[in-house]
Amino acid sequence: MQRPLNVPPAMAEMELQQHMEGLARQNQSADQAVCFLGGGSYDHFIPAAVDAVSSRSEFYTAYTPYQAEASQGSLQAFFEYQTLICQLTGMDVANASLYEGGSAVAEAVLMALSIHAERRKVLIADSVHPEYRQTLATYAANLHTEIVTLPAPEGFLDPGLVKKHLDDRTLCVIVQHPNFFGHLEEVQELSAACQKNGVLFVVSFDPISLGVLKRPGQYGADIAVAEGQCLGNPMAFGGPYLGIMACRDTYVRKIPGRLVGQTVDRHGKRCWVLTLQTREQHIRREKATSNICTNQGLFALRAAVYLSALGPQGLKETAELCLHKAHYLATQVQNVPGVKLRFARPFFKEFVIQVPGAVPTVLERLLKAGYHAGLPLGRWYKDLEKCISIAVTEKRTRQEMDGLVAALAAELKK
Amino acid sequence: MQSDLGTELLFEMSHAGRRCQRVPACDVPVRGVTSLLPADAVADAPPPLPEVGEIDLIRHFVNLSTRNMCIDTNFYPLGSCTMKYNPKRHERLAALGGLADLHPLQADASCQGMLQMLFEMQNILAEIAGLDAVSLQPAAGAQGELTALLVAAAYFRDRGEKRNRVLIPDSAHGTNPASAAIAGFDAVSIKSNERGLVDMSDLKSKLDDHAAVFMITNPNTLGLFDTQIADITKLVHEHGALVYLDGANMNAILGITRPGDFGVDMMHYNVHKTFTGPHGAGGPGSGPIAVRTNLAPFLPCPVVVQESGAYRLDFQRPKAIGRVRSFFGNVGILLRGYCYIRTLGPDGLKEVTQNAVLNANYVLARIKGAFEVPYGDRCMHEFVASARGLKREKRTSAMDIAKRLLDYGFHAPTVYFPLVVPEAIMIEPTETESRKTLDAFADALLEMRQADADFMHQAPHTLAISRPDEIKAAKEPILRWKG
Repeated sequence: MQRPLNVPPAMAEMELQQHMEGLARQNQSADQAVCFLGGGSYDHFIPAAVDAVSSRSEFYTAYTPYQAEASQGSLQAFFEYQTLICQLTGMDVANASLYEGGSAVAEAVLMALSIHAERRKVLIADSVHPEYRQTLATYAANLHTEIVTLPAPEGFLDPGLVKKHLDDRTLCVIVQHPNFFGHLEEVQELSAACQKNGVLFVVSFDPISLGVLKRPGQYGADIAVAEGQCLGNPMAFGGPYLGIMACRDTYVRKIPGRLVGQTVDRHGKRCWVLTLQTREQHIRREKATSNICTNQGLFALRAAVYLSALGPQGLKETAELCLHKAHYLATQVQNVPGVKLRFARPFFKEFVIQVPGAVPTVLERLLKAGYHAGLPLGRWYKDLEKCISIAVTEKRTRQEMDGLVAALAAELKK
Repeated sequence: MQSDLGTELLFEMSHAGRRCQRVPACDVPVRGVTSLLPADAVADAPPPLPEVGEIDLIRHFVNLSTRNMCIDTNFYPLGSCTMKYNPKRHERLAALGGLADLHPLQADASCQGMLQMLFEMQNILAEIAGLDAVSLQPAAGAQGELTALLVAAAYFRDRGEKRNRVLIPDSAHGTNPASAAIAGFDAVSIKSNERGLVDMSDLKSKLDDHAAVFMITNPNTLGLFDTQIADITKLVHEHGALVYLDGANMNAILGITRPGDFGVDMMHYNVHKTFTGPHGAGGPGSGPIAVRTNLAPFLPCPVVVQESGAYRLDFQRPKAIGRVRSFFGNVGILLRGYCYIRTLGPDGLKEVTQNAVLNANYVLARIKGAFEVPYGDRCMHEFVASARGLKREKRTSAMDIAKRLLDYGFHAPTVYFPLVVPEAIMIEPTETESRKTLDAFADALLEMRQADADFMHQAPHTLAISRPDEIKAAKEPILRWKG
């Protein structure tokens, strides 16, 4: 190269800090406008203990624990993470993390294909996060796989419709529970139908919801995946997040990503190592189940601290706060003339309203009034152009919710 | 101080009724859960998570942390991984509320500062690559490879060409063939020649009109810059195929040469390596890709665009492959990479490479009399030595050396990779280490040549554990605590 790189000149730490603070000031964060946005990323509370642990240099500046003797801290933490995810989901095995919720769905299908290579049809509900479905479609584009998207016009997937599509070519059925709209799916019935047809049942779950809802292992999921952002990780404009994956024991040699196992050292001491590595790309190369190498170790650690900081009771109470507050807001918002709930289905912490007037304008004005009020569903669903999805976490107060309702009423009166 | 107190599992510490977190009282009317949700969907009891107090939780994890090596405590000459220092300023800046507390789906108008940073990052990465367009979406290097190969597949489909093969040198990272398989290609291996570079005659014999992409790591995993690169890219292009660069080794060429200038059509970065995102004991990373103009329409959605002074996310890209993950990308790591590049500027980036190459050559020069270095006596940012001679003479293997280095307070180099070197010891010191550290490391390597083989087989001798039984772990897998 005969010239210097055309990148901006160097900055001292102080200049950099001023520059970044300047950029940060041009954003309206969840501190500045009350956040009712959901759709896979949520403004949940993060206990200080999570930051305190994950900001230990020994954790965040360590490399992948290939040298077990120099990595027992991380290895044990990941073994604990795997156990916590099994406890959370009621599944048998969890890996040490994937990237995030969307590619976790795609990885679940790659895994399913390695279990039943002869079956190539994937049934996925339209009520699964649109970006997860796009991710799956992108991953599977060249894999001779047929992806059938089943409509969910009433805000959930009708098990009767699924049964009509199940056949001996069907690889798996994928639902999200609670789904993208916040509603519950008929997971028990779907699971039974899958089992009857030898079809794998894949569920994308909301980890916080498991404080009140039945666990994927209890209703017979074969592979359970999730976005783990809600477990102590900042929203950070979309990442890094945490891809959670768990499965039944039967499929342990098909699960992608790193696994930590217990063993003993040469003195007989209990210790931890990366194990079953013959599944992985650095050994199997083109025959590996997945190409994943780097994962989200630090965020798995954060999730482990979060789950153990809450404990069973804390998780239950957090989930119940979300549930009660979401139902309070859903009730209040229906008092605004012209506003109604779009779907008559049970929901957890997210729900869909229909408003009179143009959704983009309504949301823009509510933002000016200090509210990130919700997601415009017309962006993903043509027939939901008048709809907004609203998420309520345990952080939202009655005052904030009453404020949103008043602002919406004022806006619609104009 | 290293402590054994952490070794008890969280689950063994659990005591009914203990907890760290109390949630606030509910400020809205509370109805019974089963009046809001169908009874058959509700769990009888919450998940059986451990119950611990905050001091026990903190002590547990802090004690565990003392059982790790990390960049902030130890030298990490880990080949292929670029374990450079992670500046503390990045952590403070990434945690700014105006950056960390942004929802990925909030309106473009409410995150102009974030979009500006990402837009600038797209342009900076295009400039360093010498390419035209960038997607910041991939979450890690392997996902960047997959994304680029999907872009290549879409490009050939758009042109009506049926090309189903990806050619990959035998010295490549395992992610290359694994990514090719998921993108729907057949992976074809290309031999290395006696100098450790691409065997041109093997490449020629396998290049035909079925070849879609040639993936090259340059400098390669032996730390050698393939000087045939101009001929290689010309040859590949003559057959209508694309050249992909695995950017794992970008630390060796920043500001010195650019992939686009030597004929590469597409590449990925490992922001967590080259631009120092902390590795977090395995992740997160960030693996943006850069491509030439003709491939740009196929990049995943969204990209950041600037129009009349405002930034927005562009989703209206009809030829795009779709997306490889939810939301924008691993923004937290991109942000650290951005801070790093803005701190260094053009001269600083070039100095990174100069010092990385100097440091690697210094260590090479210090040890080459004692260890075989099969491929030449000059290197780029890393080199691969072999313990073959030592193994023959004294039964001391590359693994023994790796383990014994831990006793000296050095993280082990990468061993047994690349596969083309027997008893490989892959050393990448990075630019952030001082001569004193490099000398101490070289001294340790030289000294252990004399050590007794049995003593070496049992190393490490000073760490909490030694030589875990990996066969037992794989044969009888215990992957969770079962009480």
